[in-house]
Amino acid sequence: MEMDNLYLANLREEKQNMWGGLVNYFRKRSMWMLYYCTGCGAIELPPTMTSRYDMERLGMGPMATPRQADLLLITGYLSVKTLKRVIWSYEQMQEPKYVVGFGSCPINGGIYWDAYPVINHLEAFIPVDMSIAGCMPRPQAIIDAFEKLMGEIQEGKAIGYKRYEKHYDWYKKNQDAVLGRTEAVLKPWNDPFASNPSVDELMALEKGESNV
Amino acid sequence: MNAYALLGIKLIGVSFGSMAVGLLFMGLGRKVTARIQRRMGPPFYQSFIDVIKCFTKTSITHNFVMDLGIIMALGGLIATAFFIPFANFSILGSSSVVIVLYLMSIGYLGMAMGVSASGNPNATIGISRALALMMGYEIPFVMVIMAMLITYNSSDLLTYAVAQSNGIGSWHIWKYPLGFIAVEIAFQAMVGEAPYDHMIAPAEIASGPMVELSGKYLGIGFLLHAVQLYVETGLIVNLFLGGASSWYVMLVKMFAVYFTTLSINAVMARYRIEQGIRHLWIWAGSFGLLQLIYTRIWG
Repeated sequence: MEMDNLYLANLREEKQNMWGGLVNYFRKRSMWMLYYCTGCGAIELPPTMTSRYDMERLGMGPMATPRQADLLLITGYLSVKTLKRVIWSYEQMQEPKYVVGFGSCPINGGIYWDAYPVINHLEAFIPVDMSIAGCMPRPQAIIDAFEKLMGEIQEGKAIGYKRYEKHYDWYKKNQDAVLGRTEAVLKPWNDPFASNPSVDELMALEKGESNV
Repeated sequence: MNAYALLGIKLIGVSFGSMAVGLLFMGLGRKVTARIQRRMGPPFYQSFIDVIKCFTKTSITHNFVMDLGIIMALGGLIATAFFIPFANFSILGSSSVVIVLYLMSIGYLGMAMGVSASGNPNATIGISRALALMMGYEIPFVMVIMAMLITYNSSDLLTYAVAQSNGIGSWHIWKYPLGFIAVEIAFQAMVGEAPYDHMIAPAEIASGPMVELSGKYLGIGFLLHAVQLYVETGLIVNLFLGGASSWYVMLVKMFAVYFTTLSINAVMARYRIEQGIRHLWIWAGSFGLLQLIYTRIWG
């Protein structure tokens, strides 16, 4: 219900802006991807990019850093530790930005549904604009999903980044709940020079008599 | 019409014209690379879409020096574009090749200042590679220019173009064959195509200088490359390929130069940075030096 309201508000905003439709055309025809290759889905990307399926026809191409990219691809399962990096990458990206989840794992955990270090529902942590079911989705399915996403961008429906901004509290609560589980196992190293030890203390340290 | 207003219109026209030509070449270049790899490739106007999209995004600046450096780079390159004769149209009447070489480096230095201010180590590595490579290709290039200076006793690009206007036989490509080879090798490094693409090595240093550029900064980065293509292909056409008498001949010749570069780019791997500079000095440098000696003694 709330999502519908946000969608309607976005449409109203775009209707007031006379260039909205035109801007959406440029955004959909030039999507630069940042792919997060932790999972097995990344193996389906090379055939999608190279001569057989050639996603550059749609104006899509790989980009090196989050700053330059429009589209974040989560290609497969996501462990708790990598989730933090994904969130950092997502927050570095510039608006408008879209997220695509590849395969079953970002949807419901897939075959890792009961694994302790893997998160099951990606959309609880960052807003997902498009999910591709399958284990793994074939290049045809990927191209199909991108075309659907392009349609949604043109219609002003792909507003995940606005959802993230509006409901940041909810996303942050979910993120903290999971990331709180990953405390450092090792204690931070105790730097003996941090507190300017005296000469005697250093001599003792060299001889191995002290464990400052 | 007021003479100053006319000049202003011409300057604005050349600024946007050089960007448009460069973006068109970049789009056609992507199409050519795609066809070499047996793909369909994006439409030829894809670069225009990319740049417009970049300007509709939000963007991050790190400090004032970053803004200043990027604008200085674009300004420096556009100022260079004013000195390149396009067919028989030249705004300023005369265009010295020495000024072109001098202004071109302002573009690179502005880029270096801007992206170093972003504070990302990858950007610093990329820009240090770019400046190291600049040392590699400017020396052969200047040697060939010196050969022409000795022959003509003039540094005017229009003089060179007029001297080559009697058909294909009078082109400098026949008069300075070794120099042309040296400049072609140097040009490969100037536009940063393989095997000299150290500066933007996406898998290695995350696209180097562009690493922190987002939104409109990235759009300006694309425009920089576009103007750079216009300037450098235009320079080579005027130096070696006989200039042009009409704008479409000029465009075809400029694209032919870029096409050669792209074809080499599509089949080459990347040198390491020290290999790249050594290769430039040994091969481009010795061809340029031989040309200079030949012109000095027999030319």
